[in-house]
Amino acid sequence: MTTAQQPPTPHRGQPAWAAALDTRDRAWWNDLAMRGVVLAGGMSAVLFIVAIFGFIASQGFEFIVNRLDLGELLLGVRWEPTVEPPQYGALPLIAGTGWITAVAMAIAVPLAFGAAIYVGEFARGKQREWLKIGIELLAAIPSVVWGVIGLHVMKPIIQELFGVQVGLNVLNAGIILGLMAAPIMATIAEDALKAVPDSYREAAEALGATKWQVVWKVVLPHARPGLSAAVLLGIGRAFGETIAVLMASGHRLMIPESIFDSAATLTATIAAELGEAAVGGDHYQVLFVLGMLLFLITFAINLTADWIVRGRRSKA
Amino acid sequence: MVSSPAAPFAQDAAAPALLTVRGLSIRYGAKVALQGVDLDVRPNEIFGIIGPANAGKTSFLRALNRMDEFVPDMRVDGAVTFAGRDLRTIRNLYALRSHIGVVFPLPVGLPLSIYDNVALAPRLRGVKAKSELDGIVERSLRRAALWDEVKDRLKNLGSLLSGGQQQRLTIARALSQEPELLLLDEFSIAVDPVTTMRIEEVLKELRQELTIVLVTNLVQQARRLAARTAFFLGGRCVEIAATEDLFNGGAKDQRTIDYLEGRFG
Repeated sequence: MTTAQQPPTPHRGQPAWAAALDTRDRAWWNDLAMRGVVLAGGMSAVLFIVAIFGFIASQGFEFIVNRLDLGELLLGVRWEPTVEPPQYGALPLIAGTGWITAVAMAIAVPLAFGAAIYVGEFARGKQREWLKIGIELLAAIPSVVWGVIGLHVMKPIIQELFGVQVGLNVLNAGIILGLMAAPIMATIAEDALKAVPDSYREAAEALGATKWQVVWKVVLPHARPGLSAAVLLGIGRAFGETIAVLMASGHRLMIPESIFDSAATLTATIAAELGEAAVGGDHYQVLFVLGMLLFLITFAINLTADWIVRGRRSKA
Repeated sequence: MVSSPAAPFAQDAAAPALLTVRGLSIRYGAKVALQGVDLDVRPNEIFGIIGPANAGKTSFLRALNRMDEFVPDMRVDGAVTFAGRDLRTIRNLYALRSHIGVVFPLPVGLPLSIYDNVALAPRLRGVKAKSELDGIVERSLRRAALWDEVKDRLKNLGSLLSGGQQQRLTIARALSQEPELLLLDEFSIAVDPVTTMRIEEVLKELRQELTIVLVTNLVQQARRLAARTAFFLGGRCVEIAATEDLFNGGAKDQRTIDYLEGRFG
């Protein structure tokens, strides 16, 4: 190399192999190149998130600047974009999303944690393998299939069981979403349990703790950050799911008053109406504003989660 | 070979040091682990470091092969030269580490076969020929006194060996690149006394070919193996002396005398 920077002067009597300490061999350059590649991968996540948010914001920009009434959007109870004059009150959609997500989590969290604890701590050998395969298969069912199950299986069951007129409602969509989210949550939760070192279990068992005491007192506290992550991923899933909720919720644009009312969610509304709205029109733009709302809510959930997990870690 | 414990392997005191350490200080964030250490390690000597917990012994070893790269808030000040080269100016750290073998306190059998454990580093350096790898694996395992126990099951998982065998496997792996310097950090902590003795015999043989820095919490182990011994306490190097002098009433510092007599630590 003929650069200005000379290699450090060799020491007197320096052994021959010591020269290799300054030789940047293929492995060294390869290491540098791969660092670049993984850096690009890591940065691309940030890039995409910024680009997506930018796109959504740009589509709704003109409406936001000129005609957005934030009070009406967040608190207005009438979502009537196609009547004259149009009403853009998204509270029914926000409430529908909230109700359905809450019902879904009430169903998914016990199911997922139960499955994770059984598979991770109690099941052994073949049984454990079969259960894991089952959970993974369940996670792979397309959401439209879940929607059909809501439409044709859950609906008559709910009508029969609770004696209600409408079978497509918050309960139906919540059950469907809960069942959809549970397998993924169970998989993440089980990974969190698996990451607890066996030496912890042995130490507790050697003190005479029962299997359940070991799980409750040692394994679950240690796995808590991972379990929180599982729940939040599940909430994110329930929040973002579109087609299955659209099919199972009844898609009624009013604030539900009980779990037996039909409801509509933010995502389902965007999916159902975007195709009919004139590109660039107010209706079209306001749907993108809903998209931003979804984005911000998800962002807030994730930040909170991060904060909770960090807080626990630093206390520990 | 001369191996009476009273006369450890003699080195040429005039030979240039393989390792020189000047004013070495190590901090982790605000916590000072080591302060102002000066010492030389001569070629083909076993240099012992004794001292109680938190004396800075392990941090010292970490600085020698630039492990500070792995510990985000570890700061190393002072100069360390290896074979006349200042560690801070070395351009290829990976090449440096291939010349310095390290054995950690708890054996680390990588989840590979016994053969692949030992062949890993040579393969990383580009050795591909089966016959050459076979030779390296057998030689390294023999030098670590493990060959006879595992030669018929080289394909078995290294992580399934017993603790003592895994520690010898770790040593074989460290030797697979023919290092100039071997750093041992309390290698016998998880090893039974019989295996410890076997490894000590191995180390006595190895000092003919390479240089060893032995950190140990067993003062008698330093006495059996090391030509010179340093006593570390609370992040400082209290005293360095020929091991025999140290154990035969030659210690100058009262703290060293107390430690050697087991009055604290």
